[in-house]
Amino acid sequence: MDQITFIIQALLPALADGLVLTLALIAVSAPLGFLLGAGLAVARTYGSRPLSFTARAFITFVKGCPLLLLLFILYFGLPAVGIRFSPFEAAMIGFIFCNGAYNSEYIRGALLSIKEGQMIAASALGMTRTQAIRYIILPQALRRAIPGMTNEFIYLIKYSSLAYMITVVELTGAGKLIATKYFTFTETFMVVGMVYLVLVTFTTIAANYLEKRYAVPV
Amino acid sequence: MTDTVSLVLQAVPYLFSGVGVTLGLVIVSLLIGLLMGVPMAVAQVYGPRSVWGIITVYVWIFRGLPNLVLLFLFYFGIYPLLGLDVPPFLVAVTVLGLRSGAYQSQIFRGAIQSIGEGQMTAARSLGMSTSQAITGVILPQAMRIALPGWSNEYPILLTDSAVCYAIGVMEILTRADQIVVLTAEPMTIYLVAAAIFILLNYGGMRIFARIEKKVNIPGFGERAL
Amino acid sequence: MEENDYILQVEDIHKAYGDREVLRGVSFTVRKGETKVFIGPSGTGKSTLLRCINQLTVPDRGRVFLHGEEVTNSGSRINYFRQRMGMVFQNFYLFDHLTAVRNVEIALLKVKRMDPKAAREKALYELRQVGMEDWADHYPAELSGGQAQRVSIARALAMDPDVILFDEPTSALDPELTREVLEVMKKLSNEGMTMLVVTHEMGFALSAASEVLFMERGLIVESGPPSEIPTSPVFERTRKFVGQFRDF
Repeated sequence: MDQITFIIQALLPALADGLVLTLALIAVSAPLGFLLGAGLAVARTYGSRPLSFTARAFITFVKGCPLLLLLFILYFGLPAVGIRFSPFEAAMIGFIFCNGAYNSEYIRGALLSIKEGQMIAASALGMTRTQAIRYIILPQALRRAIPGMTNEFIYLIKYSSLAYMITVVELTGAGKLIATKYFTFTETFMVVGMVYLVLVTFTTIAANYLEKRYAVPV
Repeated sequence: MTDTVSLVLQAVPYLFSGVGVTLGLVIVSLLIGLLMGVPMAVAQVYGPRSVWGIITVYVWIFRGLPNLVLLFLFYFGIYPLLGLDVPPFLVAVTVLGLRSGAYQSQIFRGAIQSIGEGQMTAARSLGMSTSQAITGVILPQAMRIALPGWSNEYPILLTDSAVCYAIGVMEILTRADQIVVLTAEPMTIYLVAAAIFILLNYGGMRIFARIEKKVNIPGFGERAL
Repeated sequence: MEENDYILQVEDIHKAYGDREVLRGVSFTVRKGETKVFIGPSGTGKSTLLRCINQLTVPDRGRVFLHGEEVTNSGSRINYFRQRMGMVFQNFYLFDHLTAVRNVEIALLKVKRMDPKAAREKALYELRQVGMEDWADHYPAELSGGQAQRVSIARALAMDPDVILFDEPTSALDPELTREVLEVMKKLSNEGMTMLVVTHEMGFALSAASEVLFMERGLIVESGPPSEIPTSPVFERTRKFVGQFRDF
């Protein structure tokens, strides 16, 4: 059957290459997005007024600006002011910003939910504010933010597809190219869709496990 | 710099005409999502197990697939396969609406399930049929409970609308791109487009905050009976 | 056709949850205007019994008749029967999104399909009967427990039921608020309303009941007019139980 041959000989190999890029994008963006999110949240909650304001402005911009537009600004816009990123770099930065901004909201909510008593107790023990934040407040906040952050991770898996729009041939891009070449759009994108579903579902199951083990009952 | 300024001034009207398309996308998709989400939620809570299963699968698919893939799938695949020549705007609305419906159904389902059992019991004790109880007692309360989560769909759809660039819908981003191609001033134009999106976002949230205030019932939701 | 002057006939009701038998064959009848009060230790199925009467809980065995018509196994006609049986709950279950008067009139509008003006008039009338007409436009969250319960009584009254079932109406209320509700209930009883009341309030039982029924472990074990409780040998268990609550 022609369809099956197509799938096995042409589609899957091409998608495999794309999938590698998708996974690479996710693997790099997720940890850095997490760090950015934590940093922004701490800056907003504990930072000085200018720092807090800057963080807030950044978050408002990234959340209000569609990710695709952000990617265009990074890849097409910045060269006009002399900064050139490769497509992969631009995508990565865009994802880190987006993931970081949304993560920071979850982490900030978690930080605020931790009772002031914790900080007072830490101070009473002689810890500086920084130490208290680092060793007492933040670890608890991060555990409370796990559900939100795993949710954002799933969004990351999905919006990694937008990298194609700035010429990164990740999974979706690979699919589009093959589909255009062989004129098999429905089949191709259904297979592409299934791969994403597998990734997302697997992540959801892993996230549930993580939440059960590490999320602190509030 | 006056060059840039005059450029921007010329581009802005064209960009702004995209606002109508963007808002059209957002509002229609939001409504489709509502018209689908509420019945799906009711069916999941009160319907037979098989219906629950079908809806769960539907939600799984439409929450698990990226927008871009869905847009490509429908625009290049499904609609042509069905022999339909559907304009990009309608394809976009299909995809965004089906997706929003999936998310909204879970928002409403959570709201319905958070309502104390006593409400249904009291309604039935008065002789109301299940459907009368659902429409007269449960849903009015569920919609209010769901409002904060539901209004979150607005910024989500707003940012998702930009992805419809990929199939040529003439919304804000597509137009911005066209201007950039003509004028070679990407940074300025894209930043203006970003500003428009951020303003639309802010404006929308203000409207939703007003709506929440208007339908607020004193003490509602504090005492679950 | 024989004139059946029993409003309610309850025959041999059985209900089990898993292997726990909550009702083990309860039967009684109620005539028009009677107020029957059920008392007994918690968990003896008194609330379940009331819910079996209007089929909010379906009994495993047994039958219920309202004015001679069978309520059990009535399929979709149950909504018709429920209109004629009012119920007042321990936790009031007022509709949180509606004002007091809207709570009272909603069933009139939706179930009885009354004209809106007539429904509103009737709702305000019933609120007046329970002393809550000044609170017509308040939401349940703004009312005290006693006020909320009185509104829920008005809601049941508005349907002009043949019988009202009270399921521990004052158990969730602070002692000071209990009185206003019991007074409304006494007034209804005096005016000839047919009532089934599950309660711990012995004072109410003594002053308002036509018959007191003592339930223990899923069965009615003692019954008779309240005047006999202090002396009659029939009420030995009742006296022991009530002695734990208060003296009378």
